[in-house]
Amino acid sequence: MSNVKSRLRKEKIAKIAMQLSGMAITGSLFFIVGTILYKGLPYLSWEMVSQSPQGGFYIGKDGGIFNAILGSLYLATVSTALATLIGIPISIYLNMYVKSGSFLERACKLLFDVLFGIPSIVYGAIAFSIMVWIGIRASLLGGIITITLLTIPIVVRTIDELLKTIPIDLKHVTFSLGSTRWETAKMFLRYIRPGIFTAILLAFGRAIGDVAGVLLTTGFSDNLPKYIDEPSATLPLAIFFQLSSPIPEVQGRAYASALVLTCIILIIVICTHLLASKQQKHKI
Amino acid sequence: MNWRLIKDKLAERSFVLLLLSSVVVILLILIGLAMKSVPLLRAESLLTVLTDSVWSPLKGNFGFLPFIMGTIWVTLISLVIAVPLCVLASVYLVEYASEALRKMVLPLMNVLAAIPPVLYGVWGVLFVVPILSDYIAPLFGVNTTGYTVLAGGIVLAVMIFPIMISIMVEVLQTIPQELKAASLSLGATKWETITKVILVKAKPGILAAVVLGVSRAFGETVAVLMVCGNIPQLPKSLFDAGYPLPALIANNFGEMMSIPLYDSALMFAALLLFVLIFGFNLLSRLILNRLEEKAQ
Repeated sequence: MSNVKSRLRKEKIAKIAMQLSGMAITGSLFFIVGTILYKGLPYLSWEMVSQSPQGGFYIGKDGGIFNAILGSLYLATVSTALATLIGIPISIYLNMYVKSGSFLERACKLLFDVLFGIPSIVYGAIAFSIMVWIGIRASLLGGIITITLLTIPIVVRTIDELLKTIPIDLKHVTFSLGSTRWETAKMFLRYIRPGIFTAILLAFGRAIGDVAGVLLTTGFSDNLPKYIDEPSATLPLAIFFQLSSPIPEVQGRAYASALVLTCIILIIVICTHLLASKQQKHKI
Repeated sequence: MNWRLIKDKLAERSFVLLLLSSVVVILLILIGLAMKSVPLLRAESLLTVLTDSVWSPLKGNFGFLPFIMGTIWVTLISLVIAVPLCVLASVYLVEYASEALRKMVLPLMNVLAAIPPVLYGVWGVLFVVPILSDYIAPLFGVNTTGYTVLAGGIVLAVMIFPIMISIMVEVLQTIPQELKAASLSLGATKWETITKVILVKAKPGILAAVVLGVSRAFGETVAVLMVCGNIPQLPKSLFDAGYPLPALIANNFGEMMSIPLYDSALMFAALLLFVLIFGFNLLSRLILNRLEEKAQ
């Protein structure tokens, strides 16, 4: 082995390399947000966010992306609500009703873990062919179905993590006092309430930012979304289409729309963070 | 029977129903995709479909090789960039960084994870692509628009940072303190302890994190589609355009109904993605779960 000095020098070099890579990774975040801010800000106007396209918006005429913002919010809200209604009972069932450590529990949790990583384009492709098969055209409804499928694993997984943090003794105590599993579950839900909102926000963030899933299923339109069976614009798709336009003015609007989406995501992340720290305090 | 017990049973029944229906949906998805891919596989064998490099749906040629190679190129580039950076950074976070720094960086990773793919794509178009075409490619004497597999790889690398960092940090935290203490007390420097003890011990976990990163990179659609050129060819260098599998599905779904076998081919692409990513995820989750059990 070489002498101590060179070994210590090696250590120093390694440490610098580690610090640099840490900086590169955290820096990339500010870099991305910074780039979008820098390019998008000059094009952002009140008109952009408050009006829907006035015909020919995508070739540079007047209007805004209000319809896309609204469409995204509708889509994300409804599908997150559905995913929550389906996801929470599933994770309660897996944690409270099934014997812990049983094959069913482990297999199901693994399944949802794995589904968490399936890309949205696959969900989109599937939903699209189902829609063709039963004869629904590209619409808000199709998008909602797709995004719900996509977000259920997120809800199940996050709630499961939360339920795992509850001390097992608490479960035993409530059972020994004679409460039923359902009553205990209700109590546990109160216990993890701030965390549940975190899960919902996570799912909402994923839902509002998804492109590949809605690309095939939601369609696109210049009007405000009024009915669930009509195609609707969404914010990520609006960005995508505007960016592929050759007209600089329209591209600039894409940057501005990207900025709007970034703001929405940042607000969600900050709320999630606040709720997560509340859940920490909530701990026994 | 007591009313409370009835309520309990009712809840149980309905929860089982929800669970079963979601599992059934997944099975249906798999069966549906497989059935849709059958016509293509009946027309041509699996081997020709996977190894043929000619893609011209109008003539009935469905060779998936360009897309498979495009996906592999982009994924490999992103791994080459992301893996060393993430290993180094997460070792630093766990072994050197103060509690305060860790508490600051890890939430930032959550922000990075929350940024939607389309924003990564916008960043790629605004920043990575021009840098590549104006500064980096000329260094190598190459003339390119910047829409290349390298651009796709860079954007993907940034996208898989958060998942790799968060898992690697978790894995490194499960390494027992005694192990490090023993190595340090034998006179090894901290860096030697890290490379010869900690990283060796954490290898399966790090591998699992990398595999999860791969599966994320495989399926990433829109961000990559926006920056990597989308030309169905076999990329030969970093500065060639590529066409990954997910982009193929996204770009061609609108017109697939009019050409025979086209929809079957696209469904086969989706099936391929589904099976590969499901397999990768399953593998790394199993490794991670086992490590977690061991650590407890």
